Amino acid sequence: MTRREHYEQQQRRKSLIIAAISTIFVVVAVIIFVPMTPGWEKVQKSFFNATVLAKTFPKLLDAFKVNIMIFAWSAPAIAVLGLMIALARDAKAPALFPLRIFGAAFTDIFRGVPVILTVYLIGFGIPGLGLPRPWNSPFIWGSLALILTYSAYVAEIFRAGIDSVHPSQRSAALSLGLSERQVMRDVILPQAVRNVVPSQMNMLIALQKDVSLLSFIGPVEIFRQAGVYKSLFANFTPYVGAAIIFLIVTIPATRYADYLMARQMRERR
Amino acid sequence: MSKKMIVSAIAMALLATNAFADGHCASGKTLEKGKFTIATGNPAYFPWVLDDAPESGQGFEAAVAYAVAEEMGFSKQDVIWVRSSFDEAIQPGVKNFDVNMQQYSITSERDQVVDFSVPYYTAPMAVLVGAGATNTSATIKALKGLKWGAVGSTTAVQKIGSSVQPDNAPLLYADNADVNAAITANQIDAAMFDLPTALFLSAVMIEGSKVIGQFPSSESDNADQFGMLMEEGNPLKSCVDEALNTITGNGILASIEAQWLQDTTGVPLIK
Repeated sequence: MTRREHYEQQQRRKSLIIAAISTIFVVVAVIIFVPMTPGWEKVQKSFFNATVLAKTFPKLLDAFKVNIMIFAWSAPAIAVLGLMIALARDAKAPALFPLRIFGAAFTDIFRGVPVILTVYLIGFGIPGLGLPRPWNSPFIWGSLALILTYSAYVAEIFRAGIDSVHPSQRSAALSLGLSERQVMRDVILPQAVRNVVPSQMNMLIALQKDVSLLSFIGPVEIFRQAGVYKSLFANFTPYVGAAIIFLIVTIPATRYADYLMARQMRERR
Repeated sequence: MSKKMIVSAIAMALLATNAFADGHCASGKTLEKGKFTIATGNPAYFPWVLDDAPESGQGFEAAVAYAVAEEMGFSKQDVIWVRSSFDEAIQPGVKNFDVNMQQYSITSERDQVVDFSVPYYTAPMAVLVGAGATNTSATIKALKGLKWGAVGSTTAVQKIGSSVQPDNAPLLYADNADVNAAITANQIDAAMFDLPTALFLSAVMIEGSKVIGQFPSSESDNADQFGMLMEEGNPLKSCVDEALNTITGNGILASIEAQWLQDTTGVPLIK
């Protein structure tokens, strides 16, 4: 071991010890001081009530299936529509200019309006036109609201991905005799999509949480179910239970997105 | 009468009222000395509060509030109105009201977290149906086949589950206005409300809708009684209860009910 390596090892050990001590200090402080606050007992009773949690958790898990269902059919639709909007905004032929305007207007509108408003307006507004059942279902129109909003974001990410492919590749492909369509499909898109996978993972995580907004127009998913229990027991613990269920899903997903991001950074270097 | 005498008479009167207030049950137990702070919904709905203006004393709950306040020794000017949501009412921190009045059903689960006064109204649950389902007969069997909705934070959710047990899972909403929108959009056929609210929504808010039946209020799981909500352990509870018992006993409460809540006997019982 060289002197330098020895020194670096020492430094690492030192910082590890400091990190451990400071972490322990913070954890102990939280454990000791939070329960000393005057309202702790009440907060514990109404937010961290084990009896209420045990009573409501299975039903919350059940309601979470509704979230998964809505997520499962919305996500693919978002991917397809998002890509189409991105391509529309990227259309180069002069005749397709209206398509570009449409793409721009679409992203401007649906990125600019809060999701909950879109959910309300589409979820109650379109069925209000007098559609027969089951075509006026809040599941259909609420999902559509999510799909429209998220497509706008996803389209922008795809567009960034398309822009990230160097123009020289397009020129090279064109000079080999490929058509514009072939260049996009076989040369640019495969790289573009690959480049934006980590960013799109974050959109999936956000979508997974925003599915709960559909509760405002009727579907009894986990957030509404937790709200029903909150009112029944006059206790906020069911919300904490719902948060736990969300975390069980989102933490691994976020970690995976981080991993993809890190891998991509390494590959680019 | 000389000036001196008038002054002393006024002083005497002031002293007397002060002495009265001090001796009264509620003195020193309210948030603000000499004031009685009452919370209502935001917005507060008819027929409970008229025009979302509880200060007017118009509407059933507003009128009851002023009657109780008077019984407790507060003049009309001493009543302060604030607004609160259900969640604010049950959160564990300091409350910004002495009592909260917005059709809170008394349940044993809620009673463990907050205090309730004795009930000031017993509300039967009623079935409101949209224009497409007005021919439904008032039987449990017929009700089962409908698509149901309710406000998620009300005891109507439990009532649908226990009494109707519909074939399709009900849709739940955040407030009356959203249930209204869902009925109008024909996303649900029927919704469960307390009877006065159902009658109001049907008459004023939702075109073509109808209250087709009420559940007999004798049913054990249907004792939907409204109480004033207070912070757990509020010493004011005994005073509020005493005042409510007095106005129940002397018929004031019944006359307020007659004035603001429609005669509900015309709605058929659900068999």
